[in-house]
Amino acid sequence: MKLIDYAKNIGLLATIALMTNVNIVQAAEGPVDKGITLQPAASEVAHDIASFHNAVLMPVMVGISLLVLVLLIYVGIRFNEKANPKPATFTHNVPLEIAWTAVPVLILIFIAIFSFPLLYKEDVTPAKYDVTVKVTGNQWYWSYEYPDADGISLTANMLSEEEAKAQNKPFQFATDAALVVPVNKVVRVQITASDVIHSWALPAFGVKIDAVPGTLNETWFKAERTGTFYGQCSEICGIRHAFMPIEIKVVTDTEYAAWLASHKTADASPVQLAQAQ
Amino acid sequence: MAHAAHTDNDVHSDRPSIFNPWRWLNSTNHKDIGTMYLIFAIVAGLVGGGMSGLMRWELMEPGIQVFNGGMWGDAHNYNVVITMHGLIMIFFMVMPALIGGFGNWFVPIMIGAPDMAFPRMNNISFWLMPASLALGVLSTFVPGTGSGNGFGGSWVLYPPLSTSGHPGPAMDLLILSLHIAGISSILGSINFITTILNMRAPGMTMFKMPLFVWAIFYTVWLLVLSLPVLAGALTMLLTDRNFGTGFFDPAQGGDPVMFQHLFWFFGHPEVYILILPGFGIVSQIISTFSKKPVFGYLGMVFAMGMIGFVGFIVWAHHMFTVGMDVNLKAYFVAATMVIAVPTGIKIFSWIATMWGGSIRFSVPMMWAIGFIFVFTIGGVTGVALANSSFDVIVHDTYYVVAHFHYTMSLGAVFTIFAGFYYWLPKMSGYKYNSFLGTVHFWLTFIGVNTVFFPQHFLGLQGMPRRYVDYAEVFAYFNKISTIGYVITAVGVLVFLLMLLECFIMKRKAGNNPWGDGADTLEWTLSSPPPFHQFSEPPVFEDKGWH
Repeated sequence: MKLIDYAKNIGLLATIALMTNVNIVQAAEGPVDKGITLQPAASEVAHDIASFHNAVLMPVMVGISLLVLVLLIYVGIRFNEKANPKPATFTHNVPLEIAWTAVPVLILIFIAIFSFPLLYKEDVTPAKYDVTVKVTGNQWYWSYEYPDADGISLTANMLSEEEAKAQNKPFQFATDAALVVPVNKVVRVQITASDVIHSWALPAFGVKIDAVPGTLNETWFKAERTGTFYGQCSEICGIRHAFMPIEIKVVTDTEYAAWLASHKTADASPVQLAQAQ
Repeated sequence: MAHAAHTDNDVHSDRPSIFNPWRWLNSTNHKDIGTMYLIFAIVAGLVGGGMSGLMRWELMEPGIQVFNGGMWGDAHNYNVVITMHGLIMIFFMVMPALIGGFGNWFVPIMIGAPDMAFPRMNNISFWLMPASLALGVLSTFVPGTGSGNGFGGSWVLYPPLSTSGHPGPAMDLLILSLHIAGISSILGSINFITTILNMRAPGMTMFKMPLFVWAIFYTVWLLVLSLPVLAGALTMLLTDRNFGTGFFDPAQGGDPVMFQHLFWFFGHPEVYILILPGFGIVSQIISTFSKKPVFGYLGMVFAMGMIGFVGFIVWAHHMFTVGMDVNLKAYFVAATMVIAVPTGIKIFSWIATMWGGSIRFSVPMMWAIGFIFVFTIGGVTGVALANSSFDVIVHDTYYVVAHFHYTMSLGAVFTIFAGFYYWLPKMSGYKYNSFLGTVHFWLTFIGVNTVFFPQHFLGLQGMPRRYVDYAEVFAYFNKISTIGYVITAVGVLVFLLMLLECFIMKRKAGNNPWGDGADTLEWTLSSPPPFHQFSEPPVFEDKGWH
């Protein structure tokens, strides 16, 4: 539990986020043509991941790669056969060896300082959540249920190229039934699968969780703005693995209430119908 | 009598004709078996590389162009191709080349032994491999799922996709194929362990062994310890499929995730199995062409040992999204990051070996230096992926594909080519054309970087892996990636041309074409070495070099 408190209290990530967050105001959602960075973040967790990647991991990765490249080029120029015909014979340098063992350890500790709090923040669902959705992976579509809203259920199949074009939605991302959730609310996602393993991914929210038959996995997200976001199945599940995307619509509270109401009447389950009769 | 046999062994004329099939089928000679492993690896590499060609062709543009139900089949066949590409490259290309090929050829020679400890077992170790490959290839022609032939669930074989998801016999053949490959590897590993522990020449203590021998020594221990776990998991899959057990079936109280734990308990050491021999080769080459002893020999030996050990306790970092307990994730994050330390020691020790040296940029040296650079890139993205907090966003995307190809397709394969160009004159007796070797290096270096570097971008943008088709928005870097493949493929043609030219021109290599830096025992023998070497133990002069 201590680690979790530590995760909540630490202010370092917030500082880093301030330093690097250029993505907060961005028109386009999802992947962009020729894009080379993470997708625009749409939740606090996704912002933290982006900051962690951009401000902590990237400088370390680029720095080490460049250091090795520069050293290789330097030895190639300085110590080639022509420049240095007589090779040295040394085989040890204890201070140097201690340094290149200790410095990487320090770098790793530096990374860990940011990595572990974020891990706990991502993984542990806040005690107070507002909406629960149950996701089931099937070959090859997703189905959604709202157990707290009279069991509203949806089945999301990918739109064909013509249908997507007609609705002005991105082909291979758009589905015929978006998961609708309210903005700025903690959404608890419970997930399983009916046949083989699938994986439910929403890059904009920093969410990816496997749908495993016989297991109920849990994750959460809190969308920080309204809009339509997309993800794709991320665990190979057979012939149509590439064609079971995830579409999620983040709406305001009032829109969400209206949507729930309309679905309760339009989509009443057989049990409710039987009770009504 | 014994004396007569002894002298016969030392002359070249007792080498049977290469056209005598019994020389190969019944071979107990470590060099002949090594040669067969290398030829096997080249053939498998061409097949596996051809499969990546099909994948890059399909992915050149959005839409389904190749696997569209025509002669190459449908999207299921694409999945079969990615599956077989992975299995072939790992089990039938990299492992046979590095362990079976270079290991068989040079471990006995480098430690001053006349042959492997169990020459007949060596024979069966090799000949199980073609049988295993044949079963694997056969599996792609028998029913897998629905109307599709072959197993299309990727090389990780996760159930339920590999059990109820593929009811046809294809998966059973694949299980059998991997069982046989595993038996082959275990037998080979026992052989190497026994040889290295018992057959070193007088004066060749463990800590005087060349680093390549140490690398193979660690590798085969990893194999002996990890393969039985894979065998167990495969057997459970087999009985789940055919005999009604439910190890991985939740309806019978089993757990699909359990298979993933078992698989990656093997699978993670496996990636070190693929790279450790290459570490050894690179150490030999860097030292040879810097004309300078290996920097920090003991540090290198212990770094490899630590990589091997830690490699066994990090497996679940392949499974950060399966829904593990968060504290367990935290452990696997920490353990995984630790691997960066010994790997860093190796990278810097190689550079320190070059530092102050008198470097000759021969073809093998170029491959070795190229390896250090690309492996560093694969290493730093590995540190990034080790962080579950970041991994969650790029897990099972092209970022992972780029990462492990930088360590494998660039890393391990670069070491194979480095070793091949280093030892080809020794193995064949002929010098090769350095110009062709240089062209091959640069085409490959530029080509594979063009293939895989843009895939980091695709992964960050969220493109999932194992997709037969992708959205328009991912088109740009996929096209570049495919262009890179074409450059690499031209490089492969240059490699084959280099081989052809080498064997047509027959330029004598002499005992040691590399000069003073090459001080391991293989360079004291003729090129190619006599059919049986070291009938009397060689005198080992320790210059403290390797």
